[in-house]
Amino acid sequence: MPAAVDAVNIARRFGSVQALCGIDLAVAEGEFFGLLGPNGAGKTTLISILAGLTRADTGTARILGHDVVTDYRNARRLLGVVPQELVFDPFFTVRQTLEIQSGYFGIRSNGAWIDEILHHLDLTAKANANMRALSGGMKRRVLVGQALVHKPPVIVLDEPTAGVDVGLRQSLWAFIRKLNHDGHTIILTTHYLEEAEALCGRIAMLKAGRVVALDTKQALLSRFAGLTVRLAAERVPAAWRSRVLREEGGVYFIGLARYAELEALLAALRTEGITIAELALQETDLEQVFLRIMGGEQGVGDGAAAQAASVGAVE
Amino acid sequence: MIAAGAGWPTLLYKELLRFWKVSVQTILAPVLTSLLYLLIFSHVLEKSVSVFGGRVTYTAFLVPGLVMMSVLQNAFANSSSSLIGSKMNGNLIFILLPPLSPLELFVAYVLGAMVRGLVVGLGVFAVTLFFAPSLLWMPHPLWALAFALLGSAILGTLGLIAGISAEKFDQIAAFQNFIIMPLTFLSGVFYSIHSLPPFWQTVSHFNPFFYMIDGFRYGFFGLSDVPPLTSLTIVGGCALALGAFTIFVLQSGWRLRR
Repeated sequence: MPAAVDAVNIARRFGSVQALCGIDLAVAEGEFFGLLGPNGAGKTTLISILAGLTRADTGTARILGHDVVTDYRNARRLLGVVPQELVFDPFFTVRQTLEIQSGYFGIRSNGAWIDEILHHLDLTAKANANMRALSGGMKRRVLVGQALVHKPPVIVLDEPTAGVDVGLRQSLWAFIRKLNHDGHTIILTTHYLEEAEALCGRIAMLKAGRVVALDTKQALLSRFAGLTVRLAAERVPAAWRSRVLREEGGVYFIGLARYAELEALLAALRTEGITIAELALQETDLEQVFLRIMGGEQGVGDGAAAQAASVGAVE
Repeated sequence: MIAAGAGWPTLLYKELLRFWKVSVQTILAPVLTSLLYLLIFSHVLEKSVSVFGGRVTYTAFLVPGLVMMSVLQNAFANSSSSLIGSKMNGNLIFILLPPLSPLELFVAYVLGAMVRGLVVGLGVFAVTLFFAPSLLWMPHPLWALAFALLGSAILGTLGLIAGISAEKFDQIAAFQNFIIMPLTFLSGVFYSIHSLPPFWQTVSHFNPFFYMIDGFRYGFFGLSDVPPLTSLTIVGGCALALGAFTIFVLQSGWRLRR
């Protein structure tokens, strides 16, 4: 069975900026896949290449086996993209927008599915409102609807919850989860790492146009398994300086392998007479994994794990 | 399974709906402008300008020129403003994501532009007919129709090229003011080129818009500055060449797919 998305050695340069430097990525059918990375990491460029909005300098990309350049008609029919920018056509109502988008895919009578989309996105009451009259969150949901009109098996969401309030975000995710449950492959980019942690099964992290981590969520979390101590104090005991992950204005983040190490840290603090202003413990979450990987750490295991995951991702 | 090529009728429908929703600006305004041209020019020049050896009144001569000028300008305005508007709003992505081929994009935008041009042209014809009712009995309506169709197709295509290449609204305005307007005004809308000095007559023969207007006018009077078949060949050739060039540009993704 072909991969939902199969990108091989994708590179793209914009002027002096190398946006992507040879990306290899395979996403299996039915996955809920997270694409994470700081601004400028190349996430949107990669998505644009998959969608045919941008052309790669080198490499190939396929959607369910269909090349996005040479067999673009089939590739685009199988792909739904929710763009990052909040764009809309001010001439039309919500329903017209969805009907027109269906028509571009050659689907004429799509009323029943459009009604369902409107219902799930909580837009039924706004179906006949002009796009200009909608709030930002509603426009964002129409964008999601537009990506779904042709029932694509592969759906790419490029930061779909930016600027959407908490209640709407929850209902949006419930809908996307349902789509994934129904067999759609979902690829998500987001800056809300708790969102990726809650939803995605496998995650790729991009940095400066390269995949720096690619693994299941569990594997990534266990790679940096342990605890982080958040310590507010005037300094850190000398023997513990190498364990400081980062410092933010007198607050030190110290990595512990297990709870037992806490006692040793407290003892060192006592011995050196350091006063604790504040101390908190937190278990490793995706945000910390993200920050540590972006900081260049590899965690338990090494780069080979990421390579192996990239090759063996699709069974 | 979706049939290949099935997306362009919707894009055409969208193009038509777009200008229809703002018809005061896209249809009524250009009709009024043409009516003002007719009132002023015919009032000032009716008695002092002789065309086709005096066989046709200046007002009657002017009407087909104004009709064709409206057709051409509005066909250009439609495709260029639609495309640059989509680019500036960012909603061009809705057209780039679906499986629309370069040919489909071309056909939909150009047909949309042709319809807008022809609707405005008919509107101008309807209101100016009052001043020259004899024009209703035109000897060669099919010739007039052929030039109106080809002329609007050419300008719709030029509008598409302008829309593709422009990155800001003022670049479209520059294209319109420095290329389209001079070529239209110097094409014989307001005069017969036989009234020009020989040098400018020769220059006019290098302006493809001249053949569009002259051929269109032939449909109304059975009279023209050059044989209508010559005009048809030149205009048809321009339409084909521009069309092929534009489809090639769309295929390349230039300024649309980065």
